[in-house]
Amino acid sequence: MSSRPSDVVVELDHYTSAEASRQFRSVLDRCAERFGLRIRRQNVPVDQLMPKVLRDATAHSLPDLLFVDNPDLKTVAETGALTELGQYGLSGEGYFPGIVEAGRYRGELYGLAPGVNGLALFYNRTLFERAGLEPPDTWRELRATAGALTSGSTHGIAFSAIASEEGAWQFEPFLWSNGGELDELDSRKSVEALRFWSGLVEDGLASRSVVNWNQNDVIDRFTSGHAAMMINGSWALSSLDESGTDYGIVPLPTPSTGTPPVVPLGGEIGAIPETTPERQRDAARVLGCLLERDNMLDWTTDHAYVPARTEVAEQYARERPVMEPFVEEVATGRARTAELGPRYREVSQALADAIQATIAGSTSPRQALQRAARVADTAD
Amino acid sequence: MTTKTEPVNGTAPVRRVRSGTGGGRERLVQWTFVLPMVVFLLLFFCYPVLRNLTMSFQEWTVASFYEGGSPFVGLDNYVGLLTDPIFGTAVLNTVLFTVGSLAPQFAIGLGLAVFFQRRFPLSGVLRGLLLLPWLLPLVVSGAVFRWIYDEGFGVLNQLLLGLHLISDPVPWLSSTRYALLSAIIANVWVGVPFNLVILHSGLQAVPGSLYEAAALDGAGPWQRFRHITLPLLRPVIAIVLMLGLIYTLKVFDMIMILTGGGPANASETLTTWSFALSFEEFDFGQGAAVGNILIVIALVFALFYLRSIRDTFQSRGGRG
Repeated sequence: MSSRPSDVVVELDHYTSAEASRQFRSVLDRCAERFGLRIRRQNVPVDQLMPKVLRDATAHSLPDLLFVDNPDLKTVAETGALTELGQYGLSGEGYFPGIVEAGRYRGELYGLAPGVNGLALFYNRTLFERAGLEPPDTWRELRATAGALTSGSTHGIAFSAIASEEGAWQFEPFLWSNGGELDELDSRKSVEALRFWSGLVEDGLASRSVVNWNQNDVIDRFTSGHAAMMINGSWALSSLDESGTDYGIVPLPTPSTGTPPVVPLGGEIGAIPETTPERQRDAARVLGCLLERDNMLDWTTDHAYVPARTEVAEQYARERPVMEPFVEEVATGRARTAELGPRYREVSQALADAIQATIAGSTSPRQALQRAARVADTAD
Repeated sequence: MTTKTEPVNGTAPVRRVRSGTGGGRERLVQWTFVLPMVVFLLLFFCYPVLRNLTMSFQEWTVASFYEGGSPFVGLDNYVGLLTDPIFGTAVLNTVLFTVGSLAPQFAIGLGLAVFFQRRFPLSGVLRGLLLLPWLLPLVVSGAVFRWIYDEGFGVLNQLLLGLHLISDPVPWLSSTRYALLSAIIANVWVGVPFNLVILHSGLQAVPGSLYEAAALDGAGPWQRFRHITLPLLRPVIAIVLMLGLIYTLKVFDMIMILTGGGPANASETLTTWSFALSFEEFDFGQGAAVGNILIVIALVFALFYLRSIRDTFQSRGGRG
């Protein structure tokens, strides 16, 4: 460990797709070059990142710079391994409030992100034009449109209801837009949202297999023409463009017209673990560089994320109209861990289980959510 | 002799000192052969098991990893498990999965072993092909089964629909009713070759003259199977079942790839639950506790296994 020369910054992230990985590397290299540093990058699949972080924490050999999924930031901060960003002159000023909230733990700022993402509704333009339909705006329209487009092996809509964070995160915009809360999972509003969600499957507008699909599977269904609409994030854009699907994007439908959807903020947050003062300083330089206006623009363009700073995001939206729905949503987006902090993980797992029990089993939305609420209450 | 050994390793001088006492030297040589094994066992077996045991009595959270504080909480983790509604599901699923996998694996394996006892053209090739499922990494067979089971486009549903055996596609992996069954079917497919191979080699040891004699006495195929094959195969059967049991108890990859323990815990077994507790909920104490429960169950059967092979060796020794 001590043999590591001080000009090497070890970085860990989960951008494993070839393109995102290459683009991330190029921005990192640009920053490394400026400070005469060398960056040794570690890259693991998303589900192995947290186990690796915890293993490294045990051995006190954490990387110098770390990019974790934003709901996990507080969990890592809870280990006590992270350093507060203020000491390096980094602050959350000018950032979207939701993303700063996700990087905060016990009132201090431990993480900042170059970009964020959210969910929106993708629709297959060809299928819509053929049926003479407009993209839906409200839940009622969403159901009607999905119904009109369901035929043969094509379902009206596809989403992910897998038994992990991905499943919970896809449902959260519907929960929140309806006035439901994560710490009141058994409220009438929450039950109503789940009833709407599972109703899409029950009525055959979405495949029952949604309980096994992650968001990449959802992209596959959409690009292969087996789903007329899908709920997904902007990271899907590169696969969509590659597939040649003619698609459009609109903000997620809400229960009634005129209310903006409340989406959870996604994306990864950069944090600096406790190492040695010199290495922490080098890591902070690299992170600060990634957060600079031009690098932020490049980074987010390459990853199809929304810049985390409001003023950068505005320019970005003007330059990339396709990203507009996402930029719009980020402004009203919420950090998933805002109310629950590190407890979020257990609650979101309970929520994902409730979604599954309703869609795949015979449990009613109310029963499933009541059980989830009990689990959430005992979460520590 | 010394010129040969000395350049090979640096411990030669020690040996020369010890060489005065012939018995001691011999013992030393014996120990040097055993030592790597002992070190290996201590390091990679005893230490993790002991660590897992102590961990299950501690409150291990994410903070314990970095700062090291992990208060001793006695049996709290075990009590927590027993009162968790998933515990019952996981235990029942583990039993169903184990028995449900083992019985067909064994029955099909035995049937095929008896079948391949006859010599016929291409029997060797066919037997080789049947080994294939066993050679494939579980990740591969799991991924293939995911595809086979797909509700909309999977081969299985297309086949059943084509044969008019079902009128609607079966949600193999996406319904709480079928998920465990689907995992069992896939696991049976993977496990049959193991049973086939061991039972087939066991059958090779049964003298053909016995069958000839029985046939002369007028015994039919079933009687020959019942009174010659089964009794003579008994020690092998015991071993196959016992090993199968221990393997199946700890099956993890197949279920993880197919269903991840879901939907809604429908295919959650002790192994997948242990993983979920440790690496999804970061409750490492409880995760370790589930692991220990599994170890104890496997240990009980391992003792039976050791006993049965000891008996086998003793009875062989007696005969010889």
